[in-house]
Amino acid sequence: MGERNLMKGNEALAEGAIRAGCRFFAGYPITPQNEIPEYMSWRLPQTGGTFIQAESEVAAINMLYGATACGARVMTSSSSPGISLKQEGISYCAGARLPIFYANVVRGGPGLGNIAPAQSDYYQATRGGGHGDYRVYVMAPCSVSEMANFPKRCYEVGFKYRIPTMILADGLLGQMMEPVEFDFEPIDPAALPEPDWALGVRNGRPRRRVKSYDLAPGKMEEFNFQLEKIYDEIAAKETLCETIQCEDAELILTAYGSAARVCKSTVAMARKAGLKVGLIRPITVWPFPKKIFADAAEKTKKFLVVEMSLGQYVEDVQLSILGRAQIELHKRPAGGIPTAEEVFELARKMLGKD
Amino acid sequence: MKKVFERTKGLTEIPMRYCPGCGHGVVHRLVAEVLEELNVLDRSVAIAPVGCSVFADEYFNCDAIQGPHGRGPAIATGIKRVKPECIVFSYQGDGDLASIGMAETIHAANRAENITIIFINNAIYGMTGGQMAPTTLLGMRSTTSPHGRTVEANGYPFKMCELLATLDGAVYLERCSVHTPANVLKCRKAIKKAFTYQIERRGFTMVEIVSQCPTDWEMTPLNAIEFVKTKMIPYFPLGVIKSPEKKESPKAKEEPVNA
Repeated sequence: MGERNLMKGNEALAEGAIRAGCRFFAGYPITPQNEIPEYMSWRLPQTGGTFIQAESEVAAINMLYGATACGARVMTSSSSPGISLKQEGISYCAGARLPIFYANVVRGGPGLGNIAPAQSDYYQATRGGGHGDYRVYVMAPCSVSEMANFPKRCYEVGFKYRIPTMILADGLLGQMMEPVEFDFEPIDPAALPEPDWALGVRNGRPRRRVKSYDLAPGKMEEFNFQLEKIYDEIAAKETLCETIQCEDAELILTAYGSAARVCKSTVAMARKAGLKVGLIRPITVWPFPKKIFADAAEKTKKFLVVEMSLGQYVEDVQLSILGRAQIELHKRPAGGIPTAEEVFELARKMLGKD
Repeated sequence: MKKVFERTKGLTEIPMRYCPGCGHGVVHRLVAEVLEELNVLDRSVAIAPVGCSVFADEYFNCDAIQGPHGRGPAIATGIKRVKPECIVFSYQGDGDLASIGMAETIHAANRAENITIIFINNAIYGMTGGQMAPTTLLGMRSTTSPHGRTVEANGYPFKMCELLATLDGAVYLERCSVHTPANVLKCRKAIKKAFTYQIERRGFTMVEIVSQCPTDWEMTPLNAIEFVKTKMIPYFPLGVIKSPEKKESPKAKEEPVNA
C-alpha cells in the first residue's frame, strides 16, 4: 500500500490476485492475456504457490475445480474462445458451489475473430455462460487500478456466498499501462480459516463430498431455488455502480469497462460545452444495478448506451428502464473502439443541440 | 462364530447400483481395502467420473468429488498440487479416460503427477446404454457399431497402458482383470503397489482393469467372464507393462546413417 507502480493491466490483475491470496493458477496461452500466465509463472512460486501451464483451457478449469474443492484461492484467465472452452467446468463449479475466480480479457469474435478489444462476451458472462440456471459474480474494471484491486473483492464475495466470480476485461485494459496503487494489505491465505466444505486430510472428521448432481426426485429443483435465494441476496448486498453527474442530467451515457472510460471523457467534454450529461457505469454487471437505472429514468428521459459489441449490455439497460425513457445504442463491435468525440456528437444529436 | 471377513472401512454402507456380474463392485472393494490397509483412508480423496461409476463418491469412505467426463486427471492434479499430503485417485471408465479425457490422461502422466488412476476397461459405454468405446474390440457390436467395429470406420482399440508407458512421468502401469478369484487377488496386489508408489511420490501410477459388462455386452455374467478370457485378454494382455522394478527393454539398434 502507498506505493505507486506503472503496470500493464494483465500484470496488475495477476499481482492483485496474488496479493488477495491466490496460490494456484492454471491457464493456457491466448492473446491478449498471455501476460497473466507469464507473470504468474514467476511470481506465484515466490509466494509458495503453484503455477501450471495446462494442456488446454478445459484442463485448466478442471484443475481449478479440484484445487478450489480443497479450499484454495485459485485463478485462471483466458480470452473469449478459451472462456467458451471453460463453460462446462464453470457450470460444475456453480453447481458444486465452489468459489473459482477467473478473468476474461475479451477479444473480437465470433470464432477466432481478432485480437482487438471487444465487449461481445457480455451475455456469456452475465447469463451464467454454461449450461443450467446459475450466475457468476462479474466485476467490470475500467482502469488498470481496478484490474489490480478487484480480485480481492471477487475472492471475498466468492467465498462468502460460494459462487464463481470473474473479471470481465478486454484487450485494451489488458494491454494498457497506468499507475497502480493497491488499496489493501496483502492477504496470507494460510492465515485464513479453512472452509467447512474443503476436501483434504480429515483428522477424523466426517467425510465431505463435492458434487453438482442429485438424481433424487425434486432435489435438483429444490437446489435451483436455493441458488436463486443466494443470487437474490448477492443482488441485494453486493451490487456496485458508479454514477457521475446524473442528478441534473438531461442525457445519461451508460457503459462498462473500456467503453465507460471513453464516456467519462465525453461527460467532461459535454459539461464543458454546457450540456447536462451524466454517466452510469456499472461496476458489477451481474448483479446489475437495475434500481439505479430505474430511479434515474424517473427524471432523465434520454439514455445513450455505448458498447463494443452489437448490443448485449443494452438489453439489461432496457430491462431496468422498462420503456420509461428513450434508449439509443452506439455499437462498435469486434475491435471497434469508440472515441469520446463520436459519442459527444451522438449526445449532442440526442439533446437536439447539434 | 469367528468373523473371517467384513466390509472394509474404505466403503460406505450405501448399496451399490452396479449390474449383476459387473466388475466395478469388486474393484471398489479392492481399492477400499488397500487404502484401509495402507492406513491412508483419512487423507484419501476419490474422484468419481461420468459413467456407471458416477456415484463412486457415495461408495468410497473418504473425501470425494464428482467431476466432468474425462477430467479426473486434471481434477486430481489440482487437488494434489494444493494438498500434496493427500492420496488422490481418479476412478475412470474407458470413455472417460481414453476418449473425451485422452488429453488429460496423457498430460497428467507426462507431468508425473503423483496420482493414481484406476481404469476400468470394459470396452463399452455402460451408463449410456452400450455405445462403442475407444477400447471396443474389432468386430465387437455396440449400439453405435451395430455391424461390429471396423478399422475403416472407427480405427483400432487403444492399449492405454502401452501408450502411457512411452512417458517418463508414468512410473507404474499394470493391467489386471477380475474375472477369476486368482486375478482378483493379483489385481488387489497391483492396486496396492500403485498406491504405495504414490505414497513414495514416485510419479504417475495406473492400474488398468479389464472388466465385464454383461448388460451392454448382452451376455450372461458367466458368458461375459468367458468373453474376458477368450477375447479381451488376448488383445489386452495382463501383467506389468511398466514399473520402477521392471528392467528396461533393450533399445532398438540405431540405423547407420549411410545405409
